[in-house]
This record gives sequence, structure tokens and C-alpha cells, in this order.
Amino acid sequence: MNQEKKPTLLPPETDLARFSDRVGFVTLTVKEIKRFWNVLGQTVTAPVVTALLYLLVFAQAMQGRAQVYPGVSYTEFLVPGLVMMTVIQNAFANSSSSLTQSKIMGNLVFLLMAPLGAWEWFAAYVVAALVRAALVASVMLLVALLFVPLPVHAPLALLAMFLLSGASLAVLGLIAGIVASKFDHLAAFTNFIITPLSFLSGVFYSVHALPPFWYTASHFNPFFYMIDGFRYGFFGQADVPIGLSLLWAAGFLALLSTICLWMLMTGYKLRR
Amino acid sequence: MNTSSTDALSIDGVRKAYGKVQALDGVSFNIRRGEFFGLLGPNGAGKSTLISIIAGLVRVDEGRIGVLGHDTVRDWRSARRLIGVVPQELVFDPFFKVVDMLRIQAGYYGCGRESWPWIDEMLVKLDLENKRNASMRTLSGGMKRRVLIAQALVHRPPVVILDEPTAGVDVELRRTLWSFMSELHAKGTTVVLTTHYLEEAQDLCERIAIIDKGKVRVIETTAQLLDRHPFRFLRIKLANEGLLPESLRPLVSGEKNGSIELRLDREKHPISGVFTALRAAGLDLEDVHTREPDLEDIFIELTHDKSRPAVAGGAR
Repeated sequence: MNQEKKPTLLPPETDLARFSDRVGFVTLTVKEIKRFWNVLGQTVTAPVVTALLYLLVFAQAMQGRAQVYPGVSYTEFLVPGLVMMTVIQNAFANSSSSLTQSKIMGNLVFLLMAPLGAWEWFAAYVVAALVRAALVASVMLLVALLFVPLPVHAPLALLAMFLLSGASLAVLGLIAGIVASKFDHLAAFTNFIITPLSFLSGVFYSVHALPPFWYTASHFNPFFYMIDGFRYGFFGQADVPIGLSLLWAAGFLALLSTICLWMLMTGYKLRR
Repeated sequence: MNTSSTDALSIDGVRKAYGKVQALDGVSFNIRRGEFFGLLGPNGAGKSTLISIIAGLVRVDEGRIGVLGHDTVRDWRSARRLIGVVPQELVFDPFFKVVDMLRIQAGYYGCGRESWPWIDEMLVKLDLENKRNASMRTLSGGMKRRVLIAQALVHRPPVVILDEPTAGVDVELRRTLWSFMSELHAKGTTVVLTTHYLEEAQDLCERIAIIDKGKVRVIETTAQLLDRHPFRFLRIKLANEGLLPESLRPLVSGEKNGSIELRLDREKHPISGVFTALRAAGLDLEDVHTREPDLEDIFIELTHDKSRPAVAGGAR
């Protein structure tokens, strides 16, 4: 038996290397928030301006023409849908663009080599995307409220729909970022999945006004439930019961999270 | 395998293929704790693949790797916090300033504000102090390389892997880097170096492994490696014109500036024999110079000699 003194695993000065999941998670979250914060004009101001332009144009063109809910003007009807559409698009854009950019720039190695697990990655990207989505939604609501008075019928439903929808799209963004190996792939994801599904989800109309085929088709679009449930939070009325919207949003989030966590845990398309 | 409790890295039967290309073919060796270890090989030998597997960037097909006894797959969190890797590519995050990047990297490893004094110290030692608030995208290549080195050391890992850290950098940075790494090594840090500058490896490394085509060709102390070479070199400059004797022509290993370099087997070709042959041919010498083989000679011999078998199953 070797009698030499067994060396300690680490020299004393390596106490700094003591692992803390919480610190790693918080660091990645703050870093992801700072990333979009550094370019606020692009990540917050631009989507707010775009959504407000939609509001201006559609409110002017459609006011008095479209049939919505009793006692709710078209402009009032439009605002929650536009806010949720902006949440959907920005939550997706935040995680997907961050991850894709890191992959293409090569700096993802810093994260891949770090002792951060799938859950920390997942939670950090989702929280950062939710912060951006909340910022965009708040600014947009504040500006819209200057022109359109909005009731708040069910604040908890509003919050739940925001969190479930924002988190779902943040996770979908993570999946897209993992799968994409160039910006072209990400653009395809955005242009052929996110934008069509968000435009065909009842942002600009009530699905009851649609022909039967499109009415039925809308009910297979998860974004429809996100927008409908969010709208319920303001008006207390919606195209489908709030319970169904919550169920769809939660189910969508659970499905996407399972896929995403599997990808992160196995290193799919991240670790060769 | 013979894994000692002092091994900083234990690499056991590691295989990795990319399609039909076998990047690593049963690589096994240990790196002792506190060693300055050189991992050499020509381009495509498998060095970076091996480092990527150790760092967790690439999944292994077969075999296992331990970092100070922690398996890089089963106990990956512990293994990863014990190593710091300087990647070969100049990668950076364009959204952040130098000091922010280092603090973020420290945070990934669970280090908070307590790591900030160490970060400040590294900024000074790596001559980055006046760039601490510069955006990463504005830095020169050499400065980015310094930041990469600091990032790898930010959590004070006991094992540091440098993948060609001096590729394309100026003399000043090389001096700064080797002075800093020697200081860390003196304090007990294990350093693993891959480089194409063989004189660096010869000067710095205590032991060297040469891998080629995914296999370990040799692993020995630097002194043993240099001693094992059976040749020495004799450079001669002739005073008068004439043909080199027939017997000496197969020994010519190079010609430069009118000088001829002969590669002499220490046992078969005594220097006195060369002089005798030259005199017999009526040739006078203007200048004579002998040179002992360096790592580059050994490297070339090992990686170009196709008939030489690789060290099977791994050398120790």
C-alpha cells in the first residue's frame, strides 16, 4: 500500500470552483437578459412599433365592419390579440436567435464546456425569453391604453396564459435553435411556422366569423388558444372556454418541454 | 488500466469515428497530476477530437476519460469544473465587454463575486487591464486569444488544457502566456498543451505523447524522447568544388546556403569516417557544425515512418 499522503482533490485556491447550480442558472439567465438588453431598439422597440402599426391600420380599416363580441369594440378586441402575437413572436425570437447565433459564432462552446445541466439551460433561456416578452407586452399595453380603454376581467387567467404561451414559444425557440445550423434554417422556422400560425390564430378576427373549414382548422392551432385565452382575461368572453385554452397551452408547453429537454440531455445537434 | 490516484487525466481505450473516418482508435494514456504535458501530432491526428471529448464537446464512441478520478460522462459536473480548456478557434461573444465575459464565465462554474479579484489579477497578468471595458468585437486576434486563456482559468481549474494557444500570436503574447502558465504550473496546476511549435513543447513539457492517425505513437519524458533518436546531424561547408563521395550521398538530409547537412547514425556513421571520406575525395572543409536532434526531428520521424507500428493499446 502506498504510504504517501493522498493528495487533496483540489488545491485550496480552487474553492472557487465549488459548483452551484443556482449561480450557474442565474448567471446564464442574466447573461441572456443582458444580451437582448444591449440591443433594446431591435429587441423591444421595433416589435412594439410594428404591433402598434398593425393596431393603427387594422383599427382604422376594420372598425365597425368586423363582428366581434357583444359590448367590445373591434379596437379593444384587437389589442390583446396583438399583444399575445408579439409575446409569441418575441419569446420565440429571443431563445432561437441567441442559441443559433452562439452556434454560428462558435461561442456556444463556453456553455457546452461548463458544468451546466439541461434543466439550467432550459430554465435560463425560458426565463430570459419571458422577461423580453413581458417587457414588449407591457410597453405595448401601456401605449395602447393611451388610446383604447381595456377592462381586466380575470387577471390570473391573463397571467397564466402569458406564462404558458411565452414559455411554450421560448421552448420552441430553443428547439429551433438546436435544430438550426444556419440563420436560413431559423428564418424558415419563423416564416413557415411561427408567422403563419400566429396570423391564422384569430388575432384580427373572431374564429366564429370564419367559414366552417377554417373554423375547424383554427381549433388545431395552439396559438389560437393562447390568444383566445389571453383575450378572455380582458373581456371575460372568448371563442372557447378558458379551461380549454389553459389545457391546450399547458399541454403544448409540456410536449415541447419534453422534446427540448431530451435534446439538451442527449446533446442532440449540440455535442457531436 | 493503471489509474493512479494522482492522475489528472486518465484516458482509457477512447475511440471516436466520424462516419468512416476513425479519428481516435483506442487511445489510452494517463497524465499525472502537476505535469506539464505535451500532446503532439500532425494536423488531423486526433488531438483536438481528444480534447473535445475531455471537454464534453464531443461524445465518445467507446472508452472512458476521468478528470482527477471523475468520469466525464457519469460524473460530468465534477469533471467539467475541474478542467479549463482554451479552444483552438478564436471564438467570442460580441455582445459583451471583456470583464463581463470573464465574470459570466466564472458564474457558469458557480463562482460569484469572490472570483472578481482573481479576474482582476488575470487581466493584469495577461496584459488585458486596459481592455477590461472594451467590447469583445473590437479586440485584435491576439487580445481575443488572451481573453480565451483567461476564460479557461477563471474558475481556477486544477487541470488546464491549451489547444494550440500560440497559433498565430506574436512573441510578446507567447512570453506572457508561458510565464503565466509556468507560474500556475509551479503552484500545482496540471497543464496539457497541444502546439505546432515543437520548440515550445520541448522547452516546457515534462512528458510528451505523439499521436498520429488516431493512435498513440509514443509517450515518454521529453528527455527520453530526445535520447531515443539514434541520429545526430553534421553540417559541412566545402572549401573547394567537387562531388560528395558516393558513400556519403545517402546520408544527406538537407542543403542550405551552400552547406550540406548529413544525418548520421551514432553507431554506424562515426564523424571521423565522414572526414576520412571527404579527404579521400580531395575535398577540404571550410566550416563544420554538429547538431543534436530536436523534437522536430523526432516528430517527423515518428509521424512519417509508415512502417513503424503504433503503440498498441496505449503507452504509459
